Amino acid sequence: MTRRLRAFGAFWYGFVVGDDWQVAVGVVVALALTAVTSRAATLPTWWIVAVAVAGLLAVSLRRATRPARRDRPARK
Amino acid sequence: MWGNWALFLAVFLACAVEAVEALTIVLAAGIGRGWRSALTGLLAGLLILAVIVAALGPAISAIPLNGLRLVVGALLLIFGLQWLRKAILRASGHKAHHDETLAFQKTLTDAQHATARSGVLVPDWYGFTLAFKGVVLEGLEVVFIALTFGSNQHHVGVAALAALTAVLVVAGVGVAVRSPLSRVPENAMKFVVGVMLTAFGMFWAAEGAGARWPGSDAALLILIPAVGLYAAALVMLLRRRGRSDTDVGDSHGAAGPVEAPA
Repeated sequence: MTRRLRAFGAFWYGFVVGDDWQVAVGVVVALALTAVTSRAATLPTWWIVAVAVAGLLAVSLRRATRPARRDRPARK
Repeated sequence: MWGNWALFLAVFLACAVEAVEALTIVLAAGIGRGWRSALTGLLAGLLILAVIVAALGPAISAIPLNGLRLVVGALLLIFGLQWLRKAILRASGHKAHHDETLAFQKTLTDAQHATARSGVLVPDWYGFTLAFKGVVLEGLEVVFIALTFGSNQHHVGVAALAALTAVLVVAGVGVAVRSPLSRVPENAMKFVVGVMLTAFGMFWAAEGAGARWPGSDAALLILIPAVGLYAAALVMLLRRRGRSDTDVGDSHGAAGPVEAPA
């Protein structure tokens, strides 16, 4: 039963969150910031999500394509 | 009007991609294990998806618009970024391209070597389960995209029509050629879908959180191409970096990792 529940949870985690959980956390933080700023100020806040998405995607791709540390040439 | 076309295109492309993958699995189950079990699995999978749509559809439409846009927009944005990330990695050569012929051969080989267990209603449980799982898992993404796009744009009918058209077109071509649809530009379609899911997700999630986009709905006309251009720029950047890593790798044995296809 526990194994099935775990598999069910793992399926939905993989389905929604996927390979990089930090992207999901970043999106939630950006939306929370947008919500708080929109209530506190009259300034435009749409750019927060746009900037966050651009940054999160670039950082996630950088992590995914970075050569493994052991493969890097040693510094002299 | 253009919003309806964008909605139709996004849902159609996403559903076509998933339908092509489901077709590959059902074909492998049918050829490898027998058509009766595969088609029973296909019908059972479609029935489960219909139940999910019937249960989730009214529940989603009952949520107030701002709450719906925030929650569903956030989910769509996370989901879309996942698609876009994979598509960029594939386009830049850091992840193996999804190959339907290869996927078909692997599934077929697995199916042919699995032991047979028969039941009362189904002659072969392996074939049934393979087709059932393929249809439900690929179909869930279709349901998720169609429901979220449809309810957010208040055009569930357009989204449903796009999903149905995509499934019927792929099924029709699949029946006609009786082989995996390897000529469909699946990787390019996934790239476009990733761009659209991300752009729509950004728009709805930010609106749900209280932000107001300049130009309201017309902001999507800028947002979709902007996300597309940014993704294309990242592809070029990663390709260039991949080449310079390979140059370094030639002398040091290091190169960027290539993820397995998913």
